[in-house]
Amino acid sequence: MSAQANKLPGAIEAVVMPFLNTLIAFLLSGLLIWALGEDPFYALSLLFDGAFGYQEGIGYTFYYATNFIFTGLAVSVAYHAGHFNIGGEGQAMLGGLGLTLAVFWLGDTAPFLSVIIAIVGAALFGGAWAFIPAWLQATRGSHIVITTNMFNFIASALLAYLLVGPLQRPGGQMPESSDFPEGAGLMKFDELMSVFGFSFEQSPLNVSFLIALLMALAVWFLLTRTRFGYEMRVAGKNQSAAAFAGISVPRVTIIALMMSGALAGMMGLNELLGEQLRLIGNFTLGYGFVGIAVAFMGRNHPLGIVLSAILFGVLYQGGAEIAFEITTISSDMIVVVQGLVIIFAGAMPHLMRKPVLAVYERFAGKGAA
Amino acid sequence: MTTAPAIETKNLCKRFGAVQANDNISLLVEQGTVHGIVGENGAGKSTLLKMLFGFYQPNSGDLIVNGQKLDLDSPSDAMAAGIAMVHQHFMLVEPFTVLENIILGAEGDGMLDHAKSDARAKLLGLEQQFGFDLPLDTPVSQLSVGERQRVEILKALFRGADILILDEPTAVLTPQECDQLFELVRLLKSRGKTVLFVTHKLHEIMAITDAVTVIRAGKVITRVATSTTSPEDLAEAMVGAKISRAVERSGQEHGAPRLKVEGVSAQSDLGHSALKKISFELFDGEVLGVAGVAGNGQTELLDVLTGLRPVSEGQITLGEQIVNTARSMMDPIELRRAGLAHIAEDRLKTGVVADMSATENAILGYQREPDFSDKGLLKLAAISAAAEDYFESQDVRPRDPSLSFASFSGGNQQKLVIARELARSPQTLVIGQPTRGVDIGAVTKIHDQITELRNTGKAVLVVSADLDELMAISDRIIVMCEGEITGTVDIQDADERTIGLMMAGAHAEAGSKGAKV
Repeated sequence: MSAQANKLPGAIEAVVMPFLNTLIAFLLSGLLIWALGEDPFYALSLLFDGAFGYQEGIGYTFYYATNFIFTGLAVSVAYHAGHFNIGGEGQAMLGGLGLTLAVFWLGDTAPFLSVIIAIVGAALFGGAWAFIPAWLQATRGSHIVITTNMFNFIASALLAYLLVGPLQRPGGQMPESSDFPEGAGLMKFDELMSVFGFSFEQSPLNVSFLIALLMALAVWFLLTRTRFGYEMRVAGKNQSAAAFAGISVPRVTIIALMMSGALAGMMGLNELLGEQLRLIGNFTLGYGFVGIAVAFMGRNHPLGIVLSAILFGVLYQGGAEIAFEITTISSDMIVVVQGLVIIFAGAMPHLMRKPVLAVYERFAGKGAA
Repeated sequence: MTTAPAIETKNLCKRFGAVQANDNISLLVEQGTVHGIVGENGAGKSTLLKMLFGFYQPNSGDLIVNGQKLDLDSPSDAMAAGIAMVHQHFMLVEPFTVLENIILGAEGDGMLDHAKSDARAKLLGLEQQFGFDLPLDTPVSQLSVGERQRVEILKALFRGADILILDEPTAVLTPQECDQLFELVRLLKSRGKTVLFVTHKLHEIMAITDAVTVIRAGKVITRVATSTTSPEDLAEAMVGAKISRAVERSGQEHGAPRLKVEGVSAQSDLGHSALKKISFELFDGEVLGVAGVAGNGQTELLDVLTGLRPVSEGQITLGEQIVNTARSMMDPIELRRAGLAHIAEDRLKTGVVADMSATENAILGYQREPDFSDKGLLKLAAISAAAEDYFESQDVRPRDPSLSFASFSGGNQQKLVIARELARSPQTLVIGQPTRGVDIGAVTKIHDQITELRNTGKAVLVVSADLDELMAISDRIIVMCEGEITGTVDIQDADERTIGLMMAGAHAEAGSKGAKV
């Protein structure tokens, strides 16, 4: 009975609730900005202007969104299998390492082939990095939250070691590798548009955005159309029922978490193969963690994740614009705003459930009467 | 005020969303009596109790306790008014001693020792007065189920309760423990306490209560003095119509052995020995009932039969195939393909995924069959068609397979599960608690279906905690206690008393013991 009483129609659940939560976060942010003596509406207009007002801004918005799509999808695939992968950071770092090795291996002789292998390498290394925690979880019951988090530190240390050691740019002082060989990179969006005869301002946006969208489509297909996706969701929701249905929970756990790691690993495509064209220590910049908020705000649905990833792209890009234009608002303030969105839309998704339910029941009740 | 009723409710109403769980309930419980409340699962008994205990608040209506109108906002308000509830599932902290459990929530000042010594003196008095002999310093985990229930009752008395609500108190007890409980209830009554006895077992009502209120579909159907009624009348009031059996058992002889269990032992999840060298056979064309107090190995038996738990010794044979030995076990998918279907005893925990849709649940366990998936891809159209078909064949309502499984009533959930498991005409069926949480109309239909399966030559094994149910549908009953089979009886020779003794561990006389069939 109580299960029934808490039901809202899917559309309200998927659209209205996240919207309300985001609205609350924005209201609070507005209050903060007002308390600093600035005009919140001006800040808001800067936010959207910075994110969508000009082509370069749009490019940056979708460039950031690309990272969030990858890490958000990574969190959601694990979540559907009943696990909380907070190791996106480390898996992304290893993905970056994988693609770097691929381009240095083949980049000089066959740049195009090296990019293809780099894409596979990013996924393979990210997936492999998730394998050990997954295997420990599946066979020993070691809690994935602990192990994936620990693996973030190990990945970070491993990358730091490699980038001041064997992989460091010869003669360089920074923890970064040599530049990737000529041609071993992903096509920029402006280059792509010019192929079709359109012009677009230069920005870091590159074809990994399209790869990210493709991955979102693939995850949707996996979850709704494939037998493995079905078995994965069953195992994620009810392990006893999975055993009853002849589904091996350890096997599903390992495969799902490796898929999750592979998606996180592909984040490096955007940052490294799309923009930096070299491996940089800690290039992940927390995108792996924000992916958790992106996934939850998107209700772990691929389409929702793409949309919430774009919202976070807006916050990153438009936020930078605010910090640039309004001197009293520093970039730290923008992090606070992002934090508020994460808290309200990601961490407290049920905050508005009761009032929304009450309103809905009143209207539904009227409809029935 | 001794003449005022202990509990009186006037037009108590409670609704959840669109569901009217309690509809104008008017209850009258006299001071110092044992009052029964009977009703089917889902009739609204629990809702009423939770309002009496302050857990739910009524939407309208009055609650009058000892002549005073009260608004109970929480269980502690109810405690203050002298109302205590003994829940069906005990609320005890197992590693704590009896004494520690009893003072839980009434520890007094910061020093536990004071509370303990005060409580000990008071408890000894209570124990004497009500004839308890509970070891106060023994951890609850070492007590039997019956003893734990007495701890709950002692705890209520310790808190000064004058009105005790016992919610399905006999569901977990052996017949012998039931007798002890009844003695205690009579003693409580003789000491002036009021007892509200909630059950759906009519013979208990007849045995122990002074008056009884029958609830059906959220409404009070009747309130009568127990001495003026009969179990038949009460059953009719509960159900609303005479129960009739549509399908008669045909008098056929059973066929060849279908499922052979030979010397099987198995461990529980906690590593305890749960099955101890049990042996029996299940034949084609028979319903074999497995009786016993819950937790005596029935769950593990269901598991080893259905590929969910390996045996540690012995073997299980299905037809000609060995399906479970200490070395290898066929998995549930292979077993289904070999013609063994399983209706899980705890539907929502094991048999389905409650928050997936009915359509998605329609293929659970059969997701790898070629008509539902091919080369790793689901055949969505075929799956929808199968779900529609199941809804049609079992008359599941509401007729909407896209709803989440949890939104169906217990009876409709079970119909859906049965439809799924019968869809491939399995030769062997293993059923746990076929009618748990199912409304009475559906119960009859499910029993009829089981009988029909038997009549068409299928082999059916039914585990049930409801002995009446097993008596109604089985050809033979085996009784389990502490992982052993303590007796096998043919239905012609079965009587509840003998089976009750076997459930308590007394082995049957030579000639019908365990392994013999």
